[in-house]
Amino acid sequence: MAEMKKVGMADLKVCRAPDAVTTLGLGSCVGVALYDKTSKIAGLVHVMLPDSTQVRQNQNRAKFADTGIDYLIEQMVVAGANKRNLTAKIAGGAQMFAFSGNSDMLRVGERNVEAVKKKLRAIGIRILAEDTGLNFGRTVEFYPETGDFVIKSVGKPVRTI
Amino acid sequence: MQKNNEGMDNFEFDVLTEIGNIGAGNATTALSQLINTRIDMNVPRVKMLTFAELAQVIGGEETLVAGILLSLEGDIQGSLLFILESDAARVLVQKLVGLTSGLDSDTFTEIEISALQEIGNIITGAYLSAISSLTKLTISVSVPSLALDMAGAILSVPAIEFGKLGDKALLIESHFNDLDVMDISGYFILIPTMESYTRILESLGLR
Repeated sequence: MAEMKKVGMADLKVCRAPDAVTTLGLGSCVGVALYDKTSKIAGLVHVMLPDSTQVRQNQNRAKFADTGIDYLIEQMVVAGANKRNLTAKIAGGAQMFAFSGNSDMLRVGERNVEAVKKKLRAIGIRILAEDTGLNFGRTVEFYPETGDFVIKSVGKPVRTI
Repeated sequence: MQKNNEGMDNFEFDVLTEIGNIGAGNATTALSQLINTRIDMNVPRVKMLTFAELAQVIGGEETLVAGILLSLEGDIQGSLLFILESDAARVLVQKLVGLTSGLDSDTFTEIEISALQEIGNIITGAYLSAISSLTKLTISVSVPSLALDMAGAILSVPAIEFGKLGDKALLIESHFNDLDVMDISGYFILIPTMESYTRILESLGLR
């Protein structure tokens, strides 16, 4: 029986086909799915904030784009993935509320997406597909069997990227 | 003094509980007048929760909710998020503007959305004015912004703000008992900046 492993906010999980990983109700956070096609190992991290160096309470590495992606790769390598095979698919980073003022807080989705892309570029991992930004929540599921990243939102058709 | 989670001592936690209690009480009165129905409110429960627990309280990450967010300026800076479960939001809206779409409808019409915005405006305004008169601090607010989406997605906004400070968030859960229809659960999440939090405690002579 294939298992669906659930990733919480500021959390990460690694799985191998036929198992899959999911995170529910991504808002301004970003779900980063990394995948080694050869070993069929996938990992998903639910990133909340762009930069661990800007925050004093930074012990939870999974919370930040910079440290979360490194931590996920370490866990995937331990599970048997080859770092050089990794590719990425990303989703989330929405702006849930629209109004002027306090723009720093509202732009955090966008900043999370930028930080994730910057980090992936810096370590040479290619982004194969993304579904980011806009103003709605997303539940995501990654299936290492096929490499499909399935995205569900309220009142919208299911998308596979 | 004993510190509980996030470096807050128990006495300070009690004070925040009481502030939440007074704010929610005032909000209940306002809501009751607005929909012209008697509403009772239980003593709100105040909890310090991890991000994972936060969504569980509201029924899981994928529960459909209405969230109303205001940004706070003045002596207290930060933001306030008020959350209603989607079903409860529909009941309140229908009491206010009458039946437009059906009770089991998935979406809200434009007039229902603006009614919901107004409900959020009044409830959060009453909540904040209670806190303001208690602390003698000035709070000015932005125009509220409404979002209808999954609880996890809406909660990511305050969670991220709390995430800069630690791994937990302060949730004030109020149950409104509308006598002739249903129990309505509302949740307030107040996110003062660190400086404002200190200012609240100082204004009450606690620091």
